[in-house]
Amino acid sequence: MTSAEKNRIKDKLFGYFGLACTLFGIIMLLVFLSDIVMKGWEKVDFDFLTNYSSSRPKKAGIYPALAGTLWILGLTALIAIPIGIAAGIYFEEYAKKSKMANFLEINLANLAGVPSIIYGLLGLQIFVRSLNFGASILAGACTLALLILPIIIVSTREALKAVPDSIRQASYGMGANTWQTIWHQVLPASAGGIITGIILAISRAIGETAPLIVIGAATYITYIPEGPMDKFTVLPMQVYDWIGMPDPEFAKNAAGGIIILLLITFLLNGIAVYLRNRWQKKVKW
Amino acid sequence: MEKLSIKEKKLEAINLNVFYGQKQVLKDVNIAIKANTVTAFIGPSGCGKSTFLRTFNRMNDYVEGFRKEGDIIVDGKDIYQKMIRVEELRKKIGMVFQKPNPFPKSIFENVAYGLKIQGIKNKKLIEETVEKSLKQSALWDEVKDDLKKSALSLSGGQQQRLCIARALALEPSILLMDEPASALDPISTSKIEDLIWELKQKYTIVIVTHNMQQAGRISDNTAFFYMGDLVEYDETKKIFTNPEKERTQNYITGRFG
Repeated sequence: MTSAEKNRIKDKLFGYFGLACTLFGIIMLLVFLSDIVMKGWEKVDFDFLTNYSSSRPKKAGIYPALAGTLWILGLTALIAIPIGIAAGIYFEEYAKKSKMANFLEINLANLAGVPSIIYGLLGLQIFVRSLNFGASILAGACTLALLILPIIIVSTREALKAVPDSIRQASYGMGANTWQTIWHQVLPASAGGIITGIILAISRAIGETAPLIVIGAATYITYIPEGPMDKFTVLPMQVYDWIGMPDPEFAKNAAGGIIILLLITFLLNGIAVYLRNRWQKKVKW
Repeated sequence: MEKLSIKEKKLEAINLNVFYGQKQVLKDVNIAIKANTVTAFIGPSGCGKSTFLRTFNRMNDYVEGFRKEGDIIVDGKDIYQKMIRVEELRKKIGMVFQKPNPFPKSIFENVAYGLKIQGIKNKKLIEETVEKSLKQSALWDEVKDDLKKSALSLSGGQQQRLCIARALALEPSILLMDEPASALDPISTSKIEDLIWELKQKYTIVIVTHNMQQAGRISDNTAFFYMGDLVEYDETKKIFTNPEKERTQNYITGRFG
């Protein structure tokens, strides 16, 4: 065998190996999904969405958890989006290269790698205790906002970086100041990337359970939260609670809860992909 | 070359030294540019001609490590003084870049941008200015029916004329052009050159170019730069037929560069 033939075989083998690696993840996901759907699909109906939690599995629903998840999502987004975008803009457009900026940058990267349970402990100390928010929606949202902030900042920076400098130069050259340049040119041109990053960050927040357990979020709630200071539970915690129940009937409820949780996540990811494609078509350099 | 009185000087550099970090890119440059003329900056790559052009509207402020000694005078004022607002300065001095860089917005919005950032809201005034500017840059007839179309759908040459229109909308008195035709085909290039010739009536134009024939065709005066030195500055006719310095002679005859 010549070496050219050997190389060709190696090339092919690696191709198959890569395919196998890709399929591994996807097949696992499919197995998991079909398992969940088979177990839980019978549970998913209108009653399941609108019933409160109950000690009888047949009657138990996810209404408070769903409402809690939406509350948490909304409030987390409200807190994290403006702060995250502003910080991203500062880093990319204002901060000059300095030791301070470097220091902040390294810490930002560290922050993104902190395990979520640590954020829970931080939230417990700062929001629940020191600021006296209690185990409320506000405390949960603040904690999750901290958690996804680095993701939003990093994706905002990437989106801003993708805007060519020639656009900024053109704007400055016409007498615009930095803020006008950002507001009229850079942000509109990078909005697709920024929004995509935000949606992905939020869909990460949906699934977070550990920090909310730590701050003391309830698992059994018999009412719908009406304000940010109310106690709450969220879907993953409801699922977690049901899985721990001795009655095997609850496992079906858990599967049903997972289906709803996944649907929300897939929906958000779908929107993110759609927006990214749309913006890519619109803005070409 | 004739000596200019103070009033005739539109742009002036006095003992200008420019550094990027440790590197000196312009060495003791002195020049005075008369109003309503076209001045070409020529020279091999890296000779400092673009850097020099950008000191007149302070676009070098964004370059890291930029430092200058000496003065740049525009309309009798030192533009690097603390009192000077760069935003005001750049309204007076339009700039056209090497690569066409329209905003990813409609044709109309591109031209209206300068007025918008000044806070002008009068719709009629904006529409009139857009039309006037596009006519001045000889683009109006080609785009008048689709002003709403994205500027990015135009051809390269059209984009560059749009960028000129965008600069003209602010009614500047000076136009800086950094190799405005280097990314364009010959037909677009000749359109831009015709345009420069016409704009000379109202504007003082400084153009950086790599293209010697272009400098010869469109400019009144030419400045030849080499390794940060202003080697020779004179009437274009003189530079191209009978330069004083040997280095200029060698460059324009294509012996190096």
